[in-house]
Amino acid sequence: MSGGTSNFQSNSRVVNWIEHRLPIFSFLDSQLHQYPTPKNLNYFWNFGSLAGIVLVIMIVSGITLAMSYTPHTDLAFNSVERIMRDVNSGWLIRYIHMNGASMFFIVVYIHIFRGLYYGSYKAPREILWMIGIFILLAMMATAFMGYVLPWGQMSFWGATVITNLFSAIPLVGDYIVQLLWGGFVVDNPTLNRFFSLHYLLPFVIVGLVFLHLWALHMHHSNNPTGVEIKDEKQDTIPFHPYYTIKDMYGLGIMLIFFAFFIFFAPNYFGHPDNYIMADPLVTPPHIVPEWYFLPFYAILRAFTSDYWVYQIISLGGTLMSAKLAGVIAMFASILVLLLLPWLDRSRVRSAKYRPLYRFFFWVFAIDCVILGWVGGLPPEGVLVTIGQWSTFWYFFHIIIIVPVVGILERPKPLPDSIAASVTSAPQAAE
Amino acid sequence: MNMKKTLTAIALGFGILAGAGNAQAAGSGPKPPSIEWSFNGIFGTYDRASLQRGFQVFRNVCAACHSLNLVAFRNLEAIGYSEDQVKAIASSYEVQDGPDDSGEMFTRPATPADHWPSPFPNSKAAAAANGGAAPPDLSLITKARGAGGDSALRVSMFHPGGFALGADYVHALLIGYKETPPEGFDLPPGKYYNEYFPGHAISMAPPLGEGIVEYEDGTAATPDQMATDVTTFLSWAAEPELEHRKNLGIKVILFLLVLTAMLYALKRKIWSDVH
Amino acid sequence: MSETASGSAEIDEQTRRDFLIWSTVAVGAVGTALAVWPFIDQMNPAADTLALASTEVDISQIEVGQSITVIWRGKPVFIRHRTQEEINAAESVDLADLPDPQTDDARVQKPEWLIMVGVCTHLGCIPLGQKSGDPKGDFGGWFCPCHGSHYDTSGRIRKGPAPNNLPVPGYEFTSDSTVLIG
Repeated sequence: MSGGTSNFQSNSRVVNWIEHRLPIFSFLDSQLHQYPTPKNLNYFWNFGSLAGIVLVIMIVSGITLAMSYTPHTDLAFNSVERIMRDVNSGWLIRYIHMNGASMFFIVVYIHIFRGLYYGSYKAPREILWMIGIFILLAMMATAFMGYVLPWGQMSFWGATVITNLFSAIPLVGDYIVQLLWGGFVVDNPTLNRFFSLHYLLPFVIVGLVFLHLWALHMHHSNNPTGVEIKDEKQDTIPFHPYYTIKDMYGLGIMLIFFAFFIFFAPNYFGHPDNYIMADPLVTPPHIVPEWYFLPFYAILRAFTSDYWVYQIISLGGTLMSAKLAGVIAMFASILVLLLLPWLDRSRVRSAKYRPLYRFFFWVFAIDCVILGWVGGLPPEGVLVTIGQWSTFWYFFHIIIIVPVVGILERPKPLPDSIAASVTSAPQAAE
Repeated sequence: MNMKKTLTAIALGFGILAGAGNAQAAGSGPKPPSIEWSFNGIFGTYDRASLQRGFQVFRNVCAACHSLNLVAFRNLEAIGYSEDQVKAIASSYEVQDGPDDSGEMFTRPATPADHWPSPFPNSKAAAAANGGAAPPDLSLITKARGAGGDSALRVSMFHPGGFALGADYVHALLIGYKETPPEGFDLPPGKYYNEYFPGHAISMAPPLGEGIVEYEDGTAATPDQMATDVTTFLSWAAEPELEHRKNLGIKVILFLLVLTAMLYALKRKIWSDVH
Repeated sequence: MSETASGSAEIDEQTRRDFLIWSTVAVGAVGTALAVWPFIDQMNPAADTLALASTEVDISQIEVGQSITVIWRGKPVFIRHRTQEEINAAESVDLADLPDPQTDDARVQKPEWLIMVGVCTHLGCIPLGQKSGDPKGDFGGWFCPCHGSHYDTSGRIRKGPAPNNLPVPGYEFTSDSTVLIG
């Protein structure tokens, strides 16, 4: 890792002995202590470290839950209830884990939208951004498989619906679905492998997080002005104590928010049907995924055979079925973000100096909320149309608006440096 | 300052947006009235007298057809029965055990460690005895119906006008029967019309007739009283940790407020020399 | 004058800052410690496990000279209806000969009933001697095949690597024919 050289010195012989063989002290000193960080980061920059902390909370609570959980279709539901009722503090750990999943997505979504607003994905941070998207994908897979483990009605039918997505793949689709299930329906083999992978993937995420941090420390944090660090003395402050204390303060706020849900609304994010044991013969009347998947679910459902976007991309329905188009669109809605660094042609990063982009950013954010809202309601009447137009706008924004605005927009003048923006700030106070 | 307002708005937005699972509560039937349950809100606790009356209703009425698999007799100590009372209640039920040394299953009086025995040996038998519809287990009923269990937050983007909890639904269902279905409603034979049941045609006969239970504490056993009591009991059965949870929650949040205030003061102090 | 004043103000400021740092660290550390506890406590026996901590056994069918093994807390418990010779043998031992001195009297509530946990005190194997054909060791009681510990008719260690006598669980005779273990 580059960035921030350490002038680490110690008088301890033990420390120096270790340092000579494994330079871990100077490494930590340069990356966490002296690490130069833009002095003007606002509170939106807290969400990266918050996500890391929530990941740790999820791993710790998950490992402890696994000590009492039984991955078997006959026993899983009751083993979860035993955790809730008989295991010491079991209810607390389970509610931490359940609500922690929602907290993780809240924090990460804010983190992603911060990146979109301030142009953090732009050169030279493209790989940093892409690793972030892979983390999001791994999180989604982990969350989906975790939701199956309590073996309630939503677990079972969610697993059935989502694994059936793969049947849309031409020729090998049905084979892949059987491979995923280990049988002819979602059953015990499926539950067992989901448990195995749900335990594995968080550690993959940890690995990706380290790559994410490595890439971050290569070129340092972006900042609200989007102007690169020019003079380390003027523009930056050491990470410790300035950002360690700021991160801790932000953590305190987040934990209060988190604790409110754990203790006073523990099932708010959940679904009542998941407190009914899985019944392979009865589908609940209205299946919805967890809230963090709703926008993507809306995109999936938007693709009906009479959807005009589908008609165009499938050349009038000849190229692929609407089912396949929906599945492709759902995955594409995330994968397209990988291209963002190249789609955005603007030389200015921060939306602060890009009035037109800023307007479209907020339209896009509202569009995502509408997608989530539509995704949670039954696909009836005008909701179908709203969902289809919102889906169109999602892709239209990323593929067309972002490049076009980047070329046409006339950005406001940028400050000369981070330091200059800070000293002139008071007069710009809103 | 503006930043903080945006952040607060986003956080609140996520809180409101995300009660998505509750979307299913929308749909058939009127919204059950919201009851002021003793266990509602941040400081709510279960009304002990109501719990014991509700247990009486459950034992004498519901338990004839419904199981309560997740509750053990020992758990009854939490609703105010002594160890000896629990032993006496348990021993009045027979549970199956075995096999014994000759390989036979046998029954014996239940002990406090046993779970509540099911009225039917399995779900097929339960369905056969009840016209094809097995009565659901009641251990989690208030968490699994309506918008689910206890929640201090009762609005979501899907229910901007607020939503009713599972307890509200169960209470409404128990007294939501109509003698005659509305004009034009085709009630299948063997079904009953219930205003709050999805689809309205329910297999359960109206369970709470006037005076079907005589309360030990002398409370008048009106259907509404019985519905309130048994729903309180079933809410406890579904969320036995509720009181401990809320109590701990208040302490945790108070602690976090103090710690966060200290962190904020420290942050201000440390950042005071940054210009 | 002014210089010393500002100097002491600086020191004052420094002290206040240090105080704030250390009190915040202390409060945070206490909070962390309290938060860690549930994650450790969840490994302790759960409520349902504890509720099964006692076992009631019908002993009316056990003939003199016979033994049965019952499960208590997942462990085997030996219940032996001892013969008069076995009782005599157990009572007549000189305490000086015992690695873990204990009178037979202290190990039984009724001399004819010997009740003890059947787990060798060496490394947790289950000693032989419950069935009529089993080796009973040099002292007519139990013999642990894992590392050769010999127990006498009172379940006391007599020979071999085990350090202690077979432990006696808490129990009571709830009637002439039943015993409640635990």
